Amino acid sequence: MVKKKTESIHVPDAPHRPGDEPKFEQWSWKPEDLNILDIECSVDDAQNHATGLVRVLNDDNEAKGEWNPNLSSEELILGLEHMLRMRIFDERMMKMQRTGKLSFYMRSFGEEAVAIAQTMALKNQDWLFPTYRQPGAQFVRGRDMVSMICHCIGNEEDNVKGRQMPVHYTYREGRFISVSSPVGTQFSQAVGVALASKYKELDEVTITWIGDGASAEGDYHYALNFASIFKAPVILNVVNNQWAISTHSNFASNNQNFAIRGIPYGIPSIRVDGNDFLALYSVTKWARERAAKNLGPTHIEILTYRAGAHSSSDDPSRYRPKDSNDFWPGGDPIERLKLHLIQTNDWSEKMHEELENRIDSEVMDAYKEAVKYGDLANGPYPSSDAIFTEVYETPPWHLLEQWDEMKRWREE
Amino acid sequence: MPNMNMVQSVNSALDNMLSRDSDIVIFGEDVGYFGGVFRTSDGLQEKHGKHRVFDSPLSEGGIAATAFGMGINGLRPVVEIQFADYIFPAYDQIVNEMAKVRHRSGGEFWCPVTIRTPAGGGIRGGHHHSQSPEAQFTHTPGLKVVYCSTPFNSKGLLISAIEDNDPVIFFEPKRCYRGPFYGDPHDVPTWKEHPEAEVPESYYKIPLGEARLAMEGDNCTVIAWGAMVHVAEQAIRNSGISCDLLDLQTLVPWDRDAVVKSIEKTGRCVVVHEAPKTSGFGAEMVASIQERCFYHLESPIERVTGWDTPFPHTTEWDYMPSPSRIAEAIQKTQEE
Repeated sequence: MVKKKTESIHVPDAPHRPGDEPKFEQWSWKPEDLNILDIECSVDDAQNHATGLVRVLNDDNEAKGEWNPNLSSEELILGLEHMLRMRIFDERMMKMQRTGKLSFYMRSFGEEAVAIAQTMALKNQDWLFPTYRQPGAQFVRGRDMVSMICHCIGNEEDNVKGRQMPVHYTYREGRFISVSSPVGTQFSQAVGVALASKYKELDEVTITWIGDGASAEGDYHYALNFASIFKAPVILNVVNNQWAISTHSNFASNNQNFAIRGIPYGIPSIRVDGNDFLALYSVTKWARERAAKNLGPTHIEILTYRAGAHSSSDDPSRYRPKDSNDFWPGGDPIERLKLHLIQTNDWSEKMHEELENRIDSEVMDAYKEAVKYGDLANGPYPSSDAIFTEVYETPPWHLLEQWDEMKRWREE
Repeated sequence: MPNMNMVQSVNSALDNMLSRDSDIVIFGEDVGYFGGVFRTSDGLQEKHGKHRVFDSPLSEGGIAATAFGMGINGLRPVVEIQFADYIFPAYDQIVNEMAKVRHRSGGEFWCPVTIRTPAGGGIRGGHHHSQSPEAQFTHTPGLKVVYCSTPFNSKGLLISAIEDNDPVIFFEPKRCYRGPFYGDPHDVPTWKEHPEAEVPESYYKIPLGEARLAMEGDNCTVIAWGAMVHVAEQAIRNSGISCDLLDLQTLVPWDRDAVVKSIEKTGRCVVVHEAPKTSGFGAEMVASIQERCFYHLESPIERVTGWDTPFPHTTEWDYMPSPSRIAEAIQKTQEE
C-alpha cells in the first residue's frame, strides 16, 4: 500500500483577511530607477521594466525620471477633472442603485486613472476594448453623461435597448467597443480588431484591458500568442487590482508579477504604477508609438488596488480587511495628481473644491435629465420588441412568429 | 460545366469570394501554405497572398476571437476549424460573443464571420474526428447553421454564408468531400457521375433557409442533412417506396414551408441525422411538424439517428444510420 502523505492539496491564502492588519510590501521603486526604453527595444531590454515599476510621481508627488511625459498643466487638469467626474458619477449611481433605480452597479473607485490617462494618451481613431472597469474612457471620448445614465437605468433612451446589465456600455462613435460580461473574451478579440486595422493599412491602434483574475482565462494567452505571432498593433493591459471578487490575485498566478508573463511570448512588457496618472500616460503613449511604427504589441501590468467592492452585489468586508485600500502603497490616483498640481502651483484646494461642486451639479443635472426618459424602478422601459430585433440582421420566420406571440401576451 | 468534387467546389467558392471582396480573409490550422488537411484552400494563399490566406496557431478559441475582432472592425473573415469535434474551445467566443454582439451592442457592432468545419463520420475517425455537433449551435439565437451535402450546394451555400452579415456555422460532411456516401463503406463512388457535381466556375448563390428537394415522391417525406442525404437516397431506392427527400441545407433558419408542404402531400415522415438522438435537431423538427401537420399525419414520425453514445472507431458502421435502418423506418410509416 502506498503510504499516505501528511499534507493535502496546497491552497494559497490571501495575504490578509477580515480582522487582519492589511499587509502590503512598501515600495522601494523610484521614478529614477528605470530609463525610458527605445521603442525598437528587444524583449530582453524590457526585462527590468517588467520586474520593476515605472513611476513618474515620487512619494512627494513630484514628477521625476525619464518617463515624465512633461504634460502641460491644462492636460493634467483635464485628466484630474475626468477622474473626478468618474468618481462623483460612480457615487451618484451607487446611491441610485440603493434606491432601486438601477439593478446593479460597478464603480471604478481607486482605478480611475487607468482608463482616463491611457485613453488620453491615445489618438481618437484608436479602438478601446474595455472591461466594465474602464467606463471613464468614454468621458475622454466625449460621451454625453445623460446617455451613459440612460443605459445604466435601462430606460427608453438606453442605446442598447434594455438588453444588457448596467455598466455594459457600447459607444461606437467614440470607438468604445461593447462591454461583455464573460471576463477576458475582449482581450483576444482586441487582437483581431487590431489586425483588421493593420490589414486596412490604417493608423489605428487597439487598446484592451483584462483583470488579474481573468488573466487566468485562456483568452489572455490566446491574445498574447496571436498578438506576438502576427505583430498586432495592440496594447494589452493587465489591470492587477489584487482582487477578483473575493479571489486574491495569488489564485490567478503563483507568480505575483503579471508583467513578466509577456516576456516568454516575445512581447516587451512593462509594469506601471496604476495610480500614477503621469506614468500610465507615458507608458501608453510609448506603447502606441511602437504599435503605430509596426513594432507590434506591448504588454503592460497596471499595479493598482480595487478600492471598493467588486459590484453593488458584493460586500468585501466579508473577505478582506475593512479600509484595506487606505494602506495601498500606491495611494489614491486623484489625490496624487491633485497634490502634484498644487505643488507646481497650477491648482489649489479651493479650485479643487469648486471643480467638485461643478461636477456634482453636472452629474445631478444629467441624472435629472436621464430619468425623464424613465428608470428601472418606474419605467417606461425600452419596448420589449427589442427582445426580437437585432438578434439577426433580419428576423427569420421563427423569431417573427414568437414575436407575434409575445405581442399577444404583452397586450393581455 | 466543370465537374467538381466537394473539395474543389468549396475551394472555388472561397476563390470566387476572395476575388470579389477585398475584406475577406481566410485563416485556420494548416489552411495557408499547405492548403488545408482536406485541401479545401489549396492554392489560395499563392493566388491571393499570404495576408489574405494564412495559417493560425493551434488555438480554436484564438481563431474565433481573432475572427470576431476582425469582423466587428469591418472585415469578413472565413475561418476553418479543422474538425467540428475541436470547435469547443471556441464555444464561448461563438455562443456568448459572436452570436450576441449585434444584439448586446444595440446594433452598433456586428460580426459577419463564417466558421467552416468538416463534420460527421465515415472516415474511421473515432470519437474526435466524427461528431456532428450541429444541435449545439442550433440552440443559440444569433447564429445561422448550414450543413451542405453536395459539390453544387456547398459552393452556393458557402457564398451565401460568407455574404451574410450574421455569424454562420458551416458544416461540411467530410465523408462526402470526394464522393457521395450511400452507406456502404466498401463502395467508394466519386462525384463524377453525380448531377450535383456539375458546378459552375463562377459565382452563384443558394439562399440560406431553403431546403432542396433531392427526390420526389408521394408516400413519405424523408428529411436529412449532410452525408445522410445520400444514405437516405439509397434507403429510399432500396425500400421501393415513393418518397420526397428533403435536404434541409440550412438548419437555422430551417425551411418549414417546404417540410410542411411535403408532409401535407405524403402524410408520413422520417427524420434522419448522424448526431445522437437525445436533443438532436431531429427532435426540434418532429416537435414542429406535429404542431403544424398533426391532422395530415397518417402515422407516427420516425427518427433514425446516431446513438446516444460517443462515436466509435472500428465499429462506426453500427453507429451511423444505415440504408437498412432508414428503409425500415420508411416502411414503418407506411403501416397504419
